[in-house]
Amino acid sequence: MLKVSGIDVFYGDLQVLWDVSFEVREKEILVLVGANGAGKSTTLKTISGLLTPRKGTIEFDGVRLDQLSPDRVIGRGVVHVPEARRLFPEMSVEENLIMGSLSPEAKKKRYETMDWVYELFPRMKERRKQAAGTMSGGEQQMCAIGRGLMALPKIMMFDEPSLGLSPILVQEVFEIAKRINREGVTVMLVEQNVRQTLAMCDRAYVLENGRVVLEGTGKNLMDDPHVKEAYLGI
Amino acid sequence: MDVFLQTLVAGILKGGLYALIGIGMTLIMGVMGIINLAHGQLMMLAMYVTFVLSTMGVDPYFALLIAMPLLFLLGVAIQKFLLNPLIKADTILPENQVPMTVGIGMVLTEIVRFIFSSDYKYITTTYSNQTFYFGNISFSSALTIAFVIAITFTVAMFFFLIKTDLGRSIRATAQDKDAATLMGVNTGRITVITFGLGSGLVAAAGCLLAPVYYIFPDLGGPFTAKAFIITILGGLGSTVGAIFGGVTLGLAESMGATYFGMEYEDIIGLTIFVLVLLFLPGGFKRLTKI
Ligand SMILES: Nc1ncnc2c1ncn2[C@@H]1O[C@H](COP(=O)(O)OP(=O)(O)OP(=O)(O)O)[C@@H](O)[C@H]1O
Ligand SMILES: [Mg+2]
Repeated sequence: MLKVSGIDVFYGDLQVLWDVSFEVREKEILVLVGANGAGKSTTLKTISGLLTPRKGTIEFDGVRLDQLSPDRVIGRGVVHVPEARRLFPEMSVEENLIMGSLSPEAKKKRYETMDWVYELFPRMKERRKQAAGTMSGGEQQMCAIGRGLMALPKIMMFDEPSLGLSPILVQEVFEIAKRINREGVTVMLVEQNVRQTLAMCDRAYVLENGRVVLEGTGKNLMDDPHVKEAYLGI
Repeated sequence: MDVFLQTLVAGILKGGLYALIGIGMTLIMGVMGIINLAHGQLMMLAMYVTFVLSTMGVDPYFALLIAMPLLFLLGVAIQKFLLNPLIKADTILPENQVPMTVGIGMVLTEIVRFIFSSDYKYITTTYSNQTFYFGNISFSSALTIAFVIAITFTVAMFFFLIKTDLGRSIRATAQDKDAATLMGVNTGRITVITFGLGSGLVAAAGCLLAPVYYIFPDLGGPFTAKAFIITILGGLGSTVGAIFGGVTLGLAESMGATYFGMEYEDIIGLTIFVLVLLFLPGGFKRLTKI
């Protein structure tokens, strides 16, 4: 469904990704794990069009994404929920949701989708007039996910959704990701929370220093000696 | 008491115009993070457009319909061809757009001086000196009309920002540019539209001021300063704040002129400015939250 082939990505003259390739299959939950600075966020930013690879291609349902602007990418249903939520702090929850549905397709179904998001997150409905910046970290993450859903994703890419949340909330966020996946959306999860995500995913890739070093099913990777030592502390 | 009320009315009427001047500046400030130091000069240009049209028999209020789109386009061109290329150069900080706006202001002033000389121009209309009375308080007809139109534009702008996708995209870009890009907002286009809107709004203020003010090339500088004061008073980037800031400055100037003498008008405005900076840093935005 989404195929990243041999991309090199730079910030100015600084190369951050080297020949990164991976594939996300339709309806699966794919996890990309890696330490701080491995290049996980950079990978997602490149897919969503914020960065352009200097080499390699990105294909989604057979269409090249790597030369498209972010609005075109999101218009095709490739939706990125960014690291640290990045809500519009002075806008209300409802306005943040609206900002998720700017593409013509999403705009047509805006209020229908919003009802669905409120059904998924009743808490957001209660808070719909509140300024997003004044909500708790957990609520903000719900809002960020809701805003992503407003774009009618075919694939939803989460960048460290568990960041800064208590263990119970982390569990809840992962449950939401699974639920979204059950509703037919392909999920790509970028995480440092290796143990929990490997347990819930279909397949996973390990990114180290800007390179893909391992891939496999979640279960296989959990048994991998390198993963055990470097990420699971066993 | 009558003197006080009279001063109050004069200050509020002026404040409406100031709000219109300030709102354009504050929009640009919010979205681009820079102070546009050519703001008053753009208004000056609109006043000359109004003047030229008036010599052809066009009423200033009608000239507004021509000057606004004209200045909108000029603002678009300035952002697109003079300011945005600066952002693209990695070595240049966004703050470095500010000296560019200073340069643009100077060029506009000198071009106008070259064409029209430094002489004062006046637009005389039937209502320039007309007043009407409400009790014992006199209202300048031109300033009252200007106030009504200015408030209409300000309110319309407010609803545009709150209720439309384009308006929301402008606010979103001001709050988090990268996140806005991720939502599919073309933030480059937003900066261009915002500068156009800011220029169009200050052009409207120029047209409204033209019948009751004298027109000369150097009036841009003082009005840029006023716009700056209004923006700081209101809290950078705040629309509602700009309205409060405009009315406060109008009132301060008017009170200063009545109770201390005409020559103190500007000093009072600046004093309020310093007091707000000292005691309410962040401006009225701290109180209004929008
Ligand atoms: N805007 C930038 N300019 C220059 N270098 C950057 C920029 N953003 C990231 N980098 C560098 O790129 C590398 C990869 O960063 P990235 O944010 O992709 O890591 P990450 O895997 O998401 O890490 P984390 O888990 O901490 O979020 C890091 O070395 C980082 O310093
Ligand atoms: Mg990251």
